[in-house]
Amino acid sequence: MSYKTIVGLEIHVELSTVTKAFCSCENTFGGEPNTRVCPVCLALPGAMPVLNENVLNYTLMAALALNCTINKESKFDRKNYFYPDLTKGFQITQNDRPIAVEGHLTIDTDNGPKDIGIYQIQMEEDTGKSLHGDNETLIDYNRCGVPLIEIVSKPDMASGKEGRAFLENLRNTLKFIGVSDVKMEEGSLRCDVNVNVKDELTGKKTAVTEVKNLNSFRAVEKAIDFEVARHIALLENGEDELRTTRRWDDVNGQTVLMRVKYTQADYRFQPEGDLVPVVIDDAYIETIRAQLPELPADKKARFISAYNLSEYDAAVLTSSVQLAEFFESVAAKFDDANMVSNWIMTEVLRRVEDTEDNFEVPFEADDFVELLNFVKSGKINNNAGKKVLREMFESKAKPADIIEDKGLLQVSDDSAIGVWVDEVLKDNPQSIEDIKGGKDRAMGFLVGQVMKKSKGKANPGLVNKLLQEKIQKM
Amino acid sequence: MDLTHLKAHELIKGYENRDFTCTEVTQAYLDVIKAKEQDINAYITVTDNLALSRAQYVDSMYENREEQGLLAGVPLAIKDNVAVKDVKMTAASKILENFIAPYNSTLTEKVNEAGAIILGKANMDEFAMGATTRSSYFGATKNPLDPKLIPGGSSGGSAAAVSGFEACLAVGTDTGGSTRQPAGFNGIVGFKPTYGSVSRFGIASMANTFDTVGSFGRDVEDAHLLMQVMAGRDMKDATSIDNPSLTKPIDFENGAYLKDIKVAVPKVYLNMELDSVVKSAFDSTIALLKDAGATVDVVDLENLEYTIQVYHILVNSEIASNMSRFDSLRYGHRTQRPYSSYEEMFKFSRSEGFGDEVKKRIMVGTHILSLDAKSNYYQKALQVRTLIKKGFDDVFKNYDLILSPSAPILPIPLDSTMSDVEIYQSDLFTIPANMAGCPSISVPYTGGSFPVGMLLTADRLRDDMCFKAASEMERRLK
Repeated sequence: MSYKTIVGLEIHVELSTVTKAFCSCENTFGGEPNTRVCPVCLALPGAMPVLNENVLNYTLMAALALNCTINKESKFDRKNYFYPDLTKGFQITQNDRPIAVEGHLTIDTDNGPKDIGIYQIQMEEDTGKSLHGDNETLIDYNRCGVPLIEIVSKPDMASGKEGRAFLENLRNTLKFIGVSDVKMEEGSLRCDVNVNVKDELTGKKTAVTEVKNLNSFRAVEKAIDFEVARHIALLENGEDELRTTRRWDDVNGQTVLMRVKYTQADYRFQPEGDLVPVVIDDAYIETIRAQLPELPADKKARFISAYNLSEYDAAVLTSSVQLAEFFESVAAKFDDANMVSNWIMTEVLRRVEDTEDNFEVPFEADDFVELLNFVKSGKINNNAGKKVLREMFESKAKPADIIEDKGLLQVSDDSAIGVWVDEVLKDNPQSIEDIKGGKDRAMGFLVGQVMKKSKGKANPGLVNKLLQEKIQKM
Repeated sequence: MDLTHLKAHELIKGYENRDFTCTEVTQAYLDVIKAKEQDINAYITVTDNLALSRAQYVDSMYENREEQGLLAGVPLAIKDNVAVKDVKMTAASKILENFIAPYNSTLTEKVNEAGAIILGKANMDEFAMGATTRSSYFGATKNPLDPKLIPGGSSGGSAAAVSGFEACLAVGTDTGGSTRQPAGFNGIVGFKPTYGSVSRFGIASMANTFDTVGSFGRDVEDAHLLMQVMAGRDMKDATSIDNPSLTKPIDFENGAYLKDIKVAVPKVYLNMELDSVVKSAFDSTIALLKDAGATVDVVDLENLEYTIQVYHILVNSEIASNMSRFDSLRYGHRTQRPYSSYEEMFKFSRSEGFGDEVKKRIMVGTHILSLDAKSNYYQKALQVRTLIKKGFDDVFKNYDLILSPSAPILPIPLDSTMSDVEIYQSDLFTIPANMAGCPSISVPYTGGSFPVGMLLTADRLRDDMCFKAASEMERRLK
């Protein structure tokens, strides 16, 4: 039997504009409940929405980054329903004429790159938040009116892995262009998945299941895979079910039924007459396009060709805007891009906790260039370089000061090293015997001993050379 | 001299000459209110302390010869669907019975800045739905010309306040004729501007693509004065516009504005059943206009016959959604009945808080927008609205104004049992201007046994045309 898996994603992204979508309240996460609200957020009688121009600009940036066609005229609609955290009794959204349509995002799959289609991107507002207690429900309206974009993908994904790849890629892209902080745990990136399966022999399809409010990439992948298996079982057992909405139970690793959809939800959409249609021209779109930073995929390709980096290194270094910027500012002043890449990939990243969301180092790129120069010129050895870097993270001091402070300058003076070498040879006659007997490993031991005596400052190359010379003469 | 019988422009001259003080005038109005309110019920809330302290402030401004706004010292009433900070804003509904607006509407800011004295919040049909001011939770308003009659609606309280000398000017709102029809019934001037000319920020929406803010005055000059103060683009209302035609100077004393203007009378209106007093006023007005040198032609106005049906489909759809915010969660009447879910809380509170007319319109509007009915009613009505607009555009290619009575009937008795549909019909002449977004003025024809409103409607952004023609008509009737 052969089955075709059909997966589509609906993603809500909170835009990180300074103010809310339709009023001038501050748009930030959290805060004392009900402190960032105004007559518009609370839907007091007479309050009216006015579109924040940056919501449009941010949405256009996202739409362009996702290769969408921009509608030069779009409009807002009311989606009517009653819910305690929905203050107006309707949500302002875009229904039949959204701002952008027909885009795509490319993901890497095991069979090479694959374009995932995007139906549309619409602007809308977020609702408040209900906090359910034992006997009461409290509502925080701070989130009311926070700007959202809803991105609806085409059902082009064929597995949990692809769904996850799409979402991760989308997240990176939006983060890169700076329109959202895309934090799943804070709800600024929310994902619902739609899954069904088709029996390719009989053409029979299962009813689409919607899994709501997935809050990690892992959950997205697992929930899709779980649903695919469940749908295949349905087909194999010749069973049928109505459209269902389910949620992901992370503890038990399964989806749980929330409700069955018997009829189409009737939101009684109507135009939002309090807002005028959004009319933009080509010049406006081009102005926004010009503000778009280089997108992750383009940046990665450029890193590979311009700096001669490996695919893997380029992918890591372009995983966040700040990291990529740091790499480039160092590479601009230091002619060995691979050395820069290696040091960042191994020594820097292990000390940076949160690379994806907030790559930050406590020193300037220039300081890092200075450190690399010390190593490259042989003034300090590799190990000393690592020590200096650690110190740069801890004390935030300049490399030159650290080197002087700790006396890390490499000793490349034959006579000074010669004294340490002589002492070590004197103390370790057995090792000399071993070497002469052909046991090369003893050589490493002796080098280590000399380095220890020099407190790490001896030039390891010279130590090796002098040891060899002196043993040969013995 | 009875201070309350002076018009706003006369009051302002009096203040400038120090003939009387603003405190004296305000007190005089408060005295009339005290004497008459029991009978007329034009107000829901009277803000006497606030008014007197404002009056003293304006007096001190006059004494210090400080620069004054256009309405300095003019007492006015504001319809109770408009937010005045720290004052009750009930929209004549039980659901907002104790709601105190924590903010000012843009127009409140503007009339305050212009130095006007707010006397109180005027009675109205609940949430501006109606044509009688009988649907107010706070009881009906009576017509000061004859207290057995309705004052019209929905801004009946505003109109009665002005005609009964309980306010010099009044602010109304006009969704389908709610300033012009009651102005006609009360023998005063009522004006609605081009859609968007006055910010709607702070005004409880009824049907937001139809709602406008209008003015009432005892003459055309007063209605114009108030409009000038309220008009202007507002960053808090995305649909608001700048309308320079409202600030064009008008010569109210001598302007010969009727000569050579072209007036259209839609053919459909001639076949209407009109009250005989209305009919004779209409005929006399046509004669008056011709006398003054205007051309009056009967014209075809396409699709005008569908006005009422289309209006109610669209307006009720907008009402259903605009009323949704009154869920009694954050403010408003909350049921005392026990409830077991938030749906029940919404349901009980709303069914107790809203009156019958509001409920009926919410039900109708909700149905019209539902999946089953939407394409048959809502979408088609939107299309017909566009056609009616186009009909207006075509007429205004050749004509300056459209003339009709403001209503086909005279004000009905308060205890009349006219059916809802019959009452809806009384808005027939006023609604088209709201459908097309056009400016429109009701000016009283005073030559008969009872004043009758005559309605002049102009093209969008030609509000000056209404004021000019109305001012000369008014002068010729004196």
